[in-house]
Amino acid sequence: MTTETTKKFNIDTVENAAKTPDTELPWAELGLKQNEFDEIVKVLGRRPTGAELAMYSVMWSEHCSYKSSKNHLRQFGQKVTEEMKKDMLVGIGENAGVTNLGDGWAVTFKIESHNSPSFVEPYQGAATGIGGIVRDIISMGARPVAVMDPLRFGAIDHPDTARVMHGAVAGIGGYGNSLGLPNIGGEMVFDSVYQGNPLVNALAVGVMRHEDIRLANASGKGNKVVLFGARTGGDGIGGASVLASESFDDTKPSKRPAVQVGDPFAEKVLIECCLELFKGSLVEGIQDLGAAGISCATSELASNGDGGMQVELTSVLLRDPTLTPGEILMSESQERMMAVVTPENVEAFEAVMEKWAVEYSWLGEVTDTGRLIITWEGDVIVDVDPRTVAHDGPVYDRPFARPEWQDSVQADTFTGSVQDAARPAASAELAAAVTELVASPNMCSKSWITNQYDRYVGGNTSMAFPDDAGVVRVDEETGLGVALATDANGRYTYLDPYHGAQLALAEAYRNVATAGAIPMAVSDCLNFGSPEDPDVMWQLAEAIRGLSDACMVLGIPVTGGNVSLYNQTGTTPIHPSPVVAVLGKLDDVARRTPSGWREDGQAIYLLGTTDAEPGRFGMGQHARPPGRAATEGGP
Amino acid sequence: MTELPLIGEAIAVAAEPRLAGARIGVVTFPGTLDDRDAARAVRLAGATAVELWHGDTELGDVDAVVIPGGFSYGDYLRAGAIARFAPLMSKIIDAANSNAKLPVLGICNGFQILTESHLLPGSMIKNDHLKFLCRDQVLRVENSNTAWTLDYEAGQEITIPLKNQDGQYIADEKTLDALEAEGRVVFRYVGFNPNGSRRDIAGISNVAGNVVGLMPHPEHAVEPGFGPESLDGIGGSDTDGLGFFTSVLNKIVGGDK
Repeated sequence: MTTETTKKFNIDTVENAAKTPDTELPWAELGLKQNEFDEIVKVLGRRPTGAELAMYSVMWSEHCSYKSSKNHLRQFGQKVTEEMKKDMLVGIGENAGVTNLGDGWAVTFKIESHNSPSFVEPYQGAATGIGGIVRDIISMGARPVAVMDPLRFGAIDHPDTARVMHGAVAGIGGYGNSLGLPNIGGEMVFDSVYQGNPLVNALAVGVMRHEDIRLANASGKGNKVVLFGARTGGDGIGGASVLASESFDDTKPSKRPAVQVGDPFAEKVLIECCLELFKGSLVEGIQDLGAAGISCATSELASNGDGGMQVELTSVLLRDPTLTPGEILMSESQERMMAVVTPENVEAFEAVMEKWAVEYSWLGEVTDTGRLIITWEGDVIVDVDPRTVAHDGPVYDRPFARPEWQDSVQADTFTGSVQDAARPAASAELAAAVTELVASPNMCSKSWITNQYDRYVGGNTSMAFPDDAGVVRVDEETGLGVALATDANGRYTYLDPYHGAQLALAEAYRNVATAGAIPMAVSDCLNFGSPEDPDVMWQLAEAIRGLSDACMVLGIPVTGGNVSLYNQTGTTPIHPSPVVAVLGKLDDVARRTPSGWREDGQAIYLLGTTDAEPGRFGMGQHARPPGRAATEGGP
Repeated sequence: MTELPLIGEAIAVAAEPRLAGARIGVVTFPGTLDDRDAARAVRLAGATAVELWHGDTELGDVDAVVIPGGFSYGDYLRAGAIARFAPLMSKIIDAANSNAKLPVLGICNGFQILTESHLLPGSMIKNDHLKFLCRDQVLRVENSNTAWTLDYEAGQEITIPLKNQDGQYIADEKTLDALEAEGRVVFRYVGFNPNGSRRDIAGISNVAGNVVGLMPHPEHAVEPGFGPESLDGIGGSDTDGLGFFTSVLNKIVGGDK
């Protein structure tokens, strides 16, 4: 099949690229800017091949390179004390950070976005969001033990909301329930700012013994590189189709699905199979395949390692035999992993694959050349320094400025507003207001959603929605466990990005603390509009500054997360929505505190001071639009 | 290995001396999800859990078998339809039908596998409301004489979690009448039928009473702090499901209730 397949391609080799410097390449269609393409030519000392262009274009995208946010995200690593670092076993930069739980246990967690796919195809978008974050957790060497999903959709009465919301909820359930991971909480917010751009974030948490921590690097000359799990298909390679010059075959499907399709059964088998690999210490390095697929996995493994890597691309098992080299490199097919295995462990590795009936193929090996070399039937089509692909992409200092309208939205407070004048006074009016408030879409019971998720599987769930935090036992003997909460408030962050982001952190922190846990680590999913809009860039910069300052004050580090930009419809961005997850530790989950009042006759205390909050967070026009209940929890 | 720990080695549980010799197998198919939970329930009841692999061609030394919940082979075809052909299943079918009448409990996907295997009659189709549903479900124990319900009283109401997508039990009227007449409706949903099952049937047995299948999950209600009362604060107990496992143990060791 391989021979027959290769005949269809016009293979653009490195040798050919050097000889044909003036060939027109579709770099703009692949999302690269002129300066970025020029930089690639400079780095390589020649024009890139089609395959190299495919790799650089996906790895230098905002999604993979964090080029607009990198300069600001550094604060999470800088505003850290020694005390904050003491329990951090793996920090930002790996697939997910790892925190020490004591007794030889470690925990890893991370929150990510899958926003735009979930708008295009809500079921698969949300499903593969769960799948992707779970693979990040596995690739750290951990057993995933729970998931959470903070969701934000458009107005509940908008005709399109039902399509997006029911699809996303069904996708999270359909995929998550099939993995045997309890869903222990999340959020559900309806707000018209998310109408054309829902936020579908997913969090996964996993646990491991210290000695089982695995990192994504390819080291040790002669070690073998293997790709295993699902076959590679045409998922999510919309952009790659512009590399049409690669193909002589004009009968192949011209339209590719922009959204990946998930197979939760394949993922479940992959989880168990990876854990068996870890148990037998059969892999030296491991990396999941998500965004940018093989481009990302090969370049990151090689870049993090101490040498180089050589890979034969025709060895990749394909679901669609018509895929071109560029498409194979860019494919975002789900449920795939790449690992580095010593020659001595090859046989044992294959035995685990056979046991779980997981397909695999040996692609190549680790070298000492410092180069990532990818061949197609022996012809070199990629010859790059992997660092230039994976880590040394462009970084932008985007201009940002406090928006002109910021003062006016802040000045628009509750005091003196229409709502203030109509404030309920008599007890009957107050009762009606309370009823209206608790029955509003964002305040009412969410059990109609959470009852579609399995909260019991695993037998270690100690607390789940509707409690403020989810709690999972880690050690059956001692009762050691973790608590998790996610929070965000787009309206507060819109009014004041610096303090709004801090309030999200404070709320998640409190939710974990009131569960009885000691807060230990933070993961954040920063959902914002276009970084090319100075107003939005200011919101992002302020939110990161606020979060990192607050982390210093609270003494807990950010161990990972994700930035999702360009969340906007036309030129209208969503409210800045930093979703903050806090993880805490309980020495014994038996001592967790549920939020509900469960027994009669108990005293009720309110801690803290309640005031009218006349300032920034008053319930003015923007915190509470006319005719709509104040729908997000107070600070 | 005899148990399925979360990570690393199995934890030591001080088994009750009288029961520790009893060995209960827990089957794992690709896509099985609740195998660790079932093994934990067996341990908490005082017995030894034995890991069984779908591809095994021998059943080995076990006194009873639990087929746990999950989505075997993804359940993309029909729930349980592929698992039924696993090499180990033919051994389980033979042992259940033999004179020794091996006790077999099928939970959720396990129940679906038992009907696909024809150890139990009828079948499960998609819930009538077409959604996955996870809730704490009240059941009435209609028959306390099966291998898995000896420790309950007939008519006793228990609360255990239910969680499935394809839980609607169906059979033709003749089969349903026969199940009723022979006392083989072992569990019935009380107060709320969560999936449209015929005659509110939650679980049934074979004629001999050694094979029992049900959609709800007794293995998720065996430990204080991790059952319906603790998770949802609905009152009642966290451990209503433990009786399944103590029942079969008492039967195995031939002790009094």
